[in-house]
Amino acid sequence: MKTIHVAELTQNIREMCIEANHCLTSDMDCALKNAVSAEKSLLGKQILNQLQDNLRIAGDDMIPICQDTGMAVIFLEIGQDVHFEGGNLEEAVNEGVRQGYADGFLRKSVVKDPLIRENTRDNTPAVIHYEMTSGESVKITVAPKGFGSENMSRVFMLKPADGMEGVKNAILTAVKDAGPNACPPMVVGVGIGGTFEKCAIMAKKALTRPVDERSAIPYVREMEEELLDRINRTGIGPGGLGGTTTALAVNINTYPTHIAGLPVAVNICCHVNRHAVRII
Amino acid sequence: MERYMNAPLTDEDAKSLHSGDYVYITGTIYTARDAAHLRMCEALDRNETLPLELAHNIIYYMGPSPAREGRPIGSAGPTTASRMDKYTPRLLDLGLKGMIGKGKRSDAVREAIVRNGAVYFAAVGGAGALLSKSIIASEVVAYDDLGTEAIRRLEVENFPVIVVIDAEGNNLYETAVREFGTI
Repeated sequence: MKTIHVAELTQNIREMCIEANHCLTSDMDCALKNAVSAEKSLLGKQILNQLQDNLRIAGDDMIPICQDTGMAVIFLEIGQDVHFEGGNLEEAVNEGVRQGYADGFLRKSVVKDPLIRENTRDNTPAVIHYEMTSGESVKITVAPKGFGSENMSRVFMLKPADGMEGVKNAILTAVKDAGPNACPPMVVGVGIGGTFEKCAIMAKKALTRPVDERSAIPYVREMEEELLDRINRTGIGPGGLGGTTTALAVNINTYPTHIAGLPVAVNICCHVNRHAVRII
Repeated sequence: MERYMNAPLTDEDAKSLHSGDYVYITGTIYTARDAAHLRMCEALDRNETLPLELAHNIIYYMGPSPAREGRPIGSAGPTTASRMDKYTPRLLDLGLKGMIGKGKRSDAVREAIVRNGAVYFAAVGGAGALLSKSIIASEVVAYDDLGTEAIRRLEVENFPVIVVIDAEGNNLYETAVREFGTI
């Protein structure tokens, strides 16, 4: 049994909110850099070069990569031999978000009620997904999510008869409909199977997988590769202004499902696919 | 074509721009997002004057992150323009000459652009740190209580944008995708 004071969680989440909004992970950095030379459109190349400049300025001058510093989505994978002390876990997470968004000069983009729409002015509450695992550590993933791309995400409740082709068409439909709105080049997170809510959470989590890491399941890996190729042949391109770099990766997660269903969720992320990961 | 242009825009300037032109804007522009558009249209319903003059001006769909000390503004890239589509034709008919945002527009907006000889520009989405370097001054002029969604007057210098929909109704999002699409 390991005891963790919730203040440690607050401190880490504070730092991770600031880190994720100013620097991308090395896999994303690398994918964006490689895209510049691969892009066929001159304007597309120019936009990808601007994204390189943008990342450099963000890191050097501590200006958020994007002004939409997102709603803080936080995955907590908690070992079952961990005991938290010092206060309420959810409050500690939100306190970390509050401090990170204030101290990091990050935009406060959360409204208290979806219809009354009064800004909470501290970017809380976060959206928190808890998962129990074995062991005595806590894996924290902080993934601030901008809504330009979130708004273009979809859930499709397909029929089993729609099969593999139906799934591929659903993903391509979501990407084509998103087009320039989702700030391409995008990362496409997909959840297939489970239930209505399970596939959506899987799609979100898929966005935190490194873009250079393919699924361990052979047929899923093939789907990821084929879909990336087809998405990059849509012509949407960087900024949606035409080109051959529309997505950097398609990350698919799967789960068992019901005999009557084939749920598919497509969570689209812009090129600012942010996340910070720490284990405490 | 690469162009350098002053804001506010003259009628002639707006009409001379073509879909696909790369434009550097210098001068005064205003920010407004969803909440500010709603308030402006409510003010128009009550026959009140707007906090900004629409004629010849450019609205930038943008809500910045907070500025660090000594800087005019924080990260400052465009937001999705289609959320403003409901309000835009009315503002264009009242003289608004240009918009800077990202993403698709409705047919009603495109028709209003053509009707009024206006222009829709895209700035590169997700490049807010880079774009902030072209903003040299920022001042809240209305709706301060909206925080990031307040209306701001910006002084910009060589602010980089691309013409998406021109005064003839050409749309780069449609033509460019056809050029590079192979499926």
